[in-house]
Amino acid sequence: MVRLILQRLALLVPTLLGLSVLLFLWVRALPGGPATALLGERATPEAVERINSLYGFDKPLLEQYLTWIGQLLQGNFGTSTRTQVPVLEEFLDRFPATIELTLLALVFAVGIGIPLGYVAARHQGKALDHTTVVASLLGVTVPVFFLAFLLKFLFAVQLGWFPSAGRQSPSMVATHPTGFYVLDGLLTGEWDAAWDALLHLVLPAIALGSIPLAIIARITRASVIEVQSADYVRTARAKGLRPPRLRRRVVIRNAMLPVATTIGLQVGLLLSGAVLTETVFAFNGIGSFLAAAVFNLDYAVLQGFILFIAVVYALVNLAVDVSYGLIDPRMRVR
Amino acid sequence: MRTVLRTTALAAVSALALTACVASDRDADGGETAGGGEGGGQDTFIFAASSDPASLDPAFANDGESFRVARQIFEGLVGTEPGTADPAPLLAESWEVSEDGLTYEFALKEGVTFHDGTPFDAEAVCFNFERWNNFTGVLQSESLSYYWQKVNGGFASSDVESLNGTGKYESCEASDELTAVITLASPLPEFISALSLPAFSMQSPTALEEYGADDVGGDEAAPVLPEYATAHPTGTGPYMFESWTRGQEVVLTANPDYWGEQGQIRRVVFPVIGDPTARRQALQAGDIDGYDLVGPADVVALEEAGFQIVNREPFNVLYLAMNQAVPELADVRVRQAIAHAVNKEALVAQTLPEGTEVATNFVPPSVAGWSEDVATYEYDPDRARQLLSDAGVPSLTIDFNYPTNVSRPYMPTPEQVFQSVAADLQEVGITVNPVPEPWSPEYLDRIQGTADHGLHLLGWTGDYNDTYNFIGVFFGQSSNEWGFDDPELFSMIGDARYQTSVEDQTAAYEAANEAIMERLPGVPLAHPVPSLAFKPSIKGYPASPVQDEVYNVITIED
Repeated sequence: MVRLILQRLALLVPTLLGLSVLLFLWVRALPGGPATALLGERATPEAVERINSLYGFDKPLLEQYLTWIGQLLQGNFGTSTRTQVPVLEEFLDRFPATIELTLLALVFAVGIGIPLGYVAARHQGKALDHTTVVASLLGVTVPVFFLAFLLKFLFAVQLGWFPSAGRQSPSMVATHPTGFYVLDGLLTGEWDAAWDALLHLVLPAIALGSIPLAIIARITRASVIEVQSADYVRTARAKGLRPPRLRRRVVIRNAMLPVATTIGLQVGLLLSGAVLTETVFAFNGIGSFLAAAVFNLDYAVLQGFILFIAVVYALVNLAVDVSYGLIDPRMRVR
Repeated sequence: MRTVLRTTALAAVSALALTACVASDRDADGGETAGGGEGGGQDTFIFAASSDPASLDPAFANDGESFRVARQIFEGLVGTEPGTADPAPLLAESWEVSEDGLTYEFALKEGVTFHDGTPFDAEAVCFNFERWNNFTGVLQSESLSYYWQKVNGGFASSDVESLNGTGKYESCEASDELTAVITLASPLPEFISALSLPAFSMQSPTALEEYGADDVGGDEAAPVLPEYATAHPTGTGPYMFESWTRGQEVVLTANPDYWGEQGQIRRVVFPVIGDPTARRQALQAGDIDGYDLVGPADVVALEEAGFQIVNREPFNVLYLAMNQAVPELADVRVRQAIAHAVNKEALVAQTLPEGTEVATNFVPPSVAGWSEDVATYEYDPDRARQLLSDAGVPSLTIDFNYPTNVSRPYMPTPEQVFQSVAADLQEVGITVNPVPEPWSPEYLDRIQGTADHGLHLLGWTGDYNDTYNFIGVFFGQSSNEWGFDDPELFSMIGDARYQTSVEDQTAAYEAANEAIMERLPGVPLAHPVPSLAFKPSIKGYPASPVQDEVYNVITIED
């Protein structure tokens, strides 16, 4: 197990290095430059030149890249040209918000997706199954931002059940020791603040979790159907294993392997979906900050944030691989 | 699995039920606001910001969001007449300017104290001026002390030659407790107007020193703001700083010792909502009381839904420029033909926000020097055709440059403006060759850096009541944008700038505006109005062309 983890961590190095090259080039291929984005109309060529030389954007690409990598290795992720705050600080300030949001979205997606897929598989070919299949197809195809707008329009603007934007109501006075607002409210005993923060999470989490929910439901359904008709299930049944026990011990366990993999992959989808969802809900996490960085061609933030996200994604998938051992005893040996 | 299923279902149902309970609670006391939801309560005013302030120390800021917050916390020597851009007394009750325009004597308001209890007096005034003039090193970077550099022109000393001792400001003397005398090295006609900028707010000398206001760390590429500029801004205004959660909100509370009227609003919250649609929906949901920069497309919808739209007097101009480096456009008859061909009224009605004024000058009417007597070029396609054939180019073909995928305050939808103008030109027989380009850097580089463009769309939003800030920027010297060299016009504008009496200066600027429209380097099209939107219960928002809007005059009705 330890060897597996170490192996995977070692693999992360070339992956990140390759990603850093791609990222660096992609960011610079964006039209325009940070100088003109910063200075606006009537910027004199001298001012543009000054900004470019200030941040080293006038140097050869290779030199810029090596400087950046050199700084990264020293733990220096650069400074946002837009806010003048170190990239790492911006990231750490906002990451708790995005973790809160993605966790809730994941709970929503897994909590509903797996049971839904399972029930559909048990009723394969019947109305319930068809409904689930169509609904999940719809779920996968509806764009996140559209769903976000729709949810907001319906539940915030029209019905007023949930707040439309932000992480906490402007009129709420609350202390935030950890940056996880719901947790903060629970820790400090400010119940109203915790509840208020949770309400702010509901709509964005549903919007963000919808696509993963649909995917998880589909995979669960397919996987359960496949396992149900597998030889070993037939054998087990023939040997007299009672259905509830058979389902619990054999079907679900075996069906969960591909589902676990899928859940790990969804984390990437959730983090990228956060860019749109957080922007729509003015949710102050890494996603909305990343979106602002795109518009302002904030190179350091784009490069730094996407690298962080890649690391998080890789680690989550590593964790999923490790969890196989828990689901499948055959993989525990190594 | 059954148990798991059952538990999940149970949890989901109870969560929904709980939510419903709370929702109904909120509805019960949420009141009659347009969308339901929670408002700010009777003494809290919640105004959505489009981004964080860059700095809470206004001396280190030049953006609208920083200034919006600074206007509540700080006051300068000079303010503006409500609803106009004209300078008016604020912390200075009056001022006298010497004959030569070099000495300004300010009589200060009595009995004013800063939020930290430090008295506001002539010493404090001089402390602030000396502070700005003695900025050194990284403090001199444009991203920090932009306005002092721009208005004053330099610092006491600097490593950059063009800034070293080149400023107009010479000295400040506290001749008695309530009289501050500022001496300039050479005249600076826009001095008084410029002092109404939040960048020149009076700040508490005690707090500036205590919280190391000038201890900016880092380097020019990445200045690190000191504690003062992030957590301790201290002014004389009606609101005091309470907190700033980056990316989320700025909170202010009433200053109990304010010298003026405190008003009903005791707490101001600026939540950050970057997306324009999200701002609109937050208003509709009742989560905020108002927001700025309402999109033209949202104005009608919001009004119909019962929200208030408040327009600022425009302080900008959108124009169609005609590059005289293009041989055909060097002929004034061709330029007149183009001016007569453009139907400005239709353009404004079709593509610009409601309330937009048709422009006749290159300055908006609220700026001194705007002239009623400029040559106007009525919409007259026949006249245009006639002028073109007189000029010997009945079938003119010309490049028309316009920016894409950008929205400027004076031009929300450049593509639409282009379509409308191009159709008018084609109507009179001009063949338009469209040259769309991304705003930055391609479009701006081409217009301002090269002579390779024909007609183009551009505009400008002013900072304070200064005519030179408009026509001086456009026509003060020869430039790639306009492609002409007219020393007579350049010196007319330059001379107007240095008139010491306001009357003479206004007359000189009026003459300059008339000369410009006679020469017709371009066609001023419109002064689009910026709109704000509010809940119906918000009364008395002090809309100002230069955004001098302080919230102590706002009331919230039941």
